[in-house]
Amino acid sequence: MVQGFLILLACQLCGELTVTLLNVPVPGSVVGMVLLLIGLMIRGEVPDGLRTTGEGLLRLLPLLLVPAGVGLMTHFALLSEYWGELIISLFVSTLITMFTVALLLKLLSKEKVAVEHEGGGVDD
Amino acid sequence: MTDLWGHFQAFPVLWLVVTLLVFLFASWVNAKAGKTPFLHPVLVSLTLIIVVLKFTETDYPTYMQGGQYIHLLLGPAVVALAIPLYENLATVKRLLFPLLVGCVVGAIVAAASAIMIGVLFGFSDQLLLTIAPKSVTSPIAIAVAEKMGGYPSLSAGLVLITGAMGCLIAPFVYRVLGIKDESVRGFVLGVGAHAMGTAFAFEYGMVAGAFGGLAMSMTGTFTAFMLPLLMPILGL
Repeated sequence: MVQGFLILLACQLCGELTVTLLNVPVPGSVVGMVLLLIGLMIRGEVPDGLRTTGEGLLRLLPLLLVPAGVGLMTHFALLSEYWGELIISLFVSTLITMFTVALLLKLLSKEKVAVEHEGGGVDD
Repeated sequence: MTDLWGHFQAFPVLWLVVTLLVFLFASWVNAKAGKTPFLHPVLVSLTLIIVVLKFTETDYPTYMQGGQYIHLLLGPAVVALAIPLYENLATVKRLLFPLLVGCVVGAIVAAASAIMIGVLFGFSDQLLLTIAPKSVTSPIAIAVAEKMGGYPSLSAGLVLITGAMGCLIAPFVYRVLGIKDESVRGFVLGVGAHAMGTAFAFEYGMVAGAFGGLAMSMTGTFTAFMLPLLMPILGL
C-alpha cells in the first residue's frame, strides 16, 4: 500500500520536475502517468502494492473531483453571462467530434476487412 | 452563537465530513435514479455543497482548507491511469493504427471545434482555455486548465456537462452512420465523453467499455501534450 502510493507520488514528482525544467505547460501528473506506463512496460507486470493503491484511487476518482467542482461557485458571474453560448459550444463540438471519429473508424475498419480478404488474413 | 459558528466553520475537518457525506448521498440518489448521467454523483455533490456553502455564508477558500486534502489526491490518481492503460496494451498494439488515428483526430477535432465555436461567441482567451479540454477526463482537464491558465473549476463543470451530452449524442451518431461494432461504439464514447461515456459504453458490453476506457486515457494524455502546440496555431 505504502509502496504503491510512493510509486505514484514519485512518478508525479518526476513529472512535475520534468515540466518545470523543460518549461512546458503540460501537467506534471500526466507526464508522471507516461513515466509509470513506461516503467510498467519495462517491468512487465503491475506490482501488487501499486495495483491495490492505484485501483483504489481510481475507484474514488469521482469523489476526488468534487472539491475542484465546487469551485464553480466562484464563476457564477461568468456562467450567467455565457451559459447559453457555453452549452451550444459543448453540444456542437461534441457532436462534430463523435461524428468524425465514428466515421473515421468505420472507414478504417472497412478498409481493414477488405485488406484481410485480399491478403487472406495475414494479421489476426 | 455566530462566533461559535465562525470557529466551527474554520475546522478543515468539517468540510471533509460535509464532502464525504454529500458524496455518499449523491451516489445513493444516482443509484436510485438508474445511474443517469444527468444526476451524476459529482454534479449532484457539487450542487448540494455549493448550496450548503451559500446557505452558511462560507467562501470557497474556507471550504478548500478541508477540500484541498481530497483535491491533492487527484495528481496520483492521474498517474494511476497508467495501470488500466498498461493492462490494455495488447489491444493497443494489435489495433495501433486505427486507435492512434481515432484518438489523435478525435482529440484535435474536440479541442479545435470547441475553441473555434468559442471564438465565434467572443469568449475571452481564459474562457477558451477553459473549454478546450472539455472532452478530456476531468482529472486531466483540471490539470490542463490549471497549467495553461484557464479556470480549472469551470473546466471540471463543463467536462461533466459534455459527458452527459455525449451519452445522448452517441446513439444518434451510431444510427446515422449505421455503427454496430461494439469496439467502435465504445471508442467513440471514450474520445468524446471521457469517463461518463465509458460508463455508458459498458451498457453495450465489456468490449465497448474496455475500448471506451482506452480511448479516454489515450485521448486525455494526447490532449495534454497537444494543446500547448494547438493554441498558437489557432492564434492564442
